Amino acid sequence: METITLPHLPQFPLQVVLFSEVKNADFLRQQLLDGNTDFEYAFLDAAVILSREHVFAACFRAINDTLQSRLKSKNVHSEIVFALSPNNNISESFRRFGVSDTTKDLLAIKVASRDAVHTETHLKESVQGTVVPFTDEVLAGMTDEACLRKAYKIDVVGNEADAYVVGMIALKGS
Amino acid sequence: MADAASSSARVNALHKFPPPFDTSDESFELIAQGAESLLYRTTFSTTGQPAALKVRPEKKWRHPILDKRLTRARILAEARVLVKLSGEGIAAGGSTPGKRAKVKQPKEGEKGVAGLRGFVPAVLALDWERGWMMTEWVYGRTVKQAIHDTQAGRRAVEREQRLQDLKELLRRIGEVVGKLHASGVIHGDLTTSNMMLRPYDATTPDPTSTDSLDGDVVLIDFGLSTQSVSDEDRAVDLYVLERAFGSTHPREEDLFPEVLTAYAENEGSGMNGKVGKLVLRKLEDVRMRGRKKSMVG
Repeated sequence: METITLPHLPQFPLQVVLFSEVKNADFLRQQLLDGNTDFEYAFLDAAVILSREHVFAACFRAINDTLQSRLKSKNVHSEIVFALSPNNNISESFRRFGVSDTTKDLLAIKVASRDAVHTETHLKESVQGTVVPFTDEVLAGMTDEACLRKAYKIDVVGNEADAYVVGMIALKGS
Repeated sequence: MADAASSSARVNALHKFPPPFDTSDESFELIAQGAESLLYRTTFSTTGQPAALKVRPEKKWRHPILDKRLTRARILAEARVLVKLSGEGIAAGGSTPGKRAKVKQPKEGEKGVAGLRGFVPAVLALDWERGWMMTEWVYGRTVKQAIHDTQAGRRAVEREQRLQDLKELLRRIGEVVGKLHASGVIHGDLTTSNMMLRPYDATTPDPTSTDSLDGDVVLIDFGLSTQSVSDEDRAVDLYVLERAFGSTHPREEDLFPEVLTAYAENEGSGMNGKVGKLVLRKLEDVRMRGRKKSMVG
């Protein structure tokens, strides 16, 4: 597990775990649907994640919107999933960017947990998958280009697309 | 110096920092102050890369509702243009997210060949309610500074070399402005201080040590930019640059035509060919009458 502090948001450290070859995506999704409060995480499908910067842009946006009381969804974790989506349709954002029954690789994020050790143990117990390092290289290997192209309406997927996608997240909802 | 300046800047109150920066533990260094906004150097990346924060503080003399609306409109206009340009060659079908008003887009054949991606700073985050925008930091000096830094050498060879380098720089300026116009964007405030000369090896944070004119010309400060493809608007944009160049660099003024030649002829400009020629012809009209079109008659 990696703990990341975003610049300017020292009071909201992120705990991030990247799992590959996840076996129980349907179970995890069900916990979110049931509103199980033990599962207050942002579960992202790593297939539509370009890079670390991409994830951080969505996290910053979601946390800033939380601070400004502008949440469009239930809590900061669901807002991270929503922030990734370039349009304002909440259920579509969950379908595209959240965990689904077919999710293979999963990025789990917890914002400002008081007990980081508990978060880590709980995640590793609940998610059946292999923990892999959260790096741009590993993420790049998990990317589903077709999905990304469709989600962001882009022709090119790769490093060059980062800036544009981050810009779209920043501009979203304007 | 950065630390001392930053911590005092936040209490010292040119304005109150908008959240979340009011509780940030990063440093802020005031770089420039314009009529409407302040520019700080800070960081916005977990890797410690620098970033530029543009804050549009509240204007106490305006009615609060009007102030909010103007700030929002201006910050969004700037961000949309920057995001649109960073998506050149990436976005499918050239749609800009969050765009309300229908803006006429350039015709297919007119589009920038290589695009402006990488020649404008990328938007990292923004909050139009609170009036701030974070963009990528552009390394290097302003073109204005770079030109001033080159002192003509005593020997004829050096003078000749400087002349060639200057001409080459001006051609790169012409190309980048051509790309911008070809993408359907008018900058609105083209001056040599709104252009950065980014060293080709952009990782060296201390470019001031050299007086070379090498580097990419990167356009900054799109606070007055508009989206348009009309010859008139393009010509006025060039005219503003011509006048600004002449008064900032009087000794180099006679080299300015290099900009226009590159704009209308260079392959990389995107304005080469017929369109570019039309804009230059329009520029002659604009020179005769000035920036503002006569509203009489």
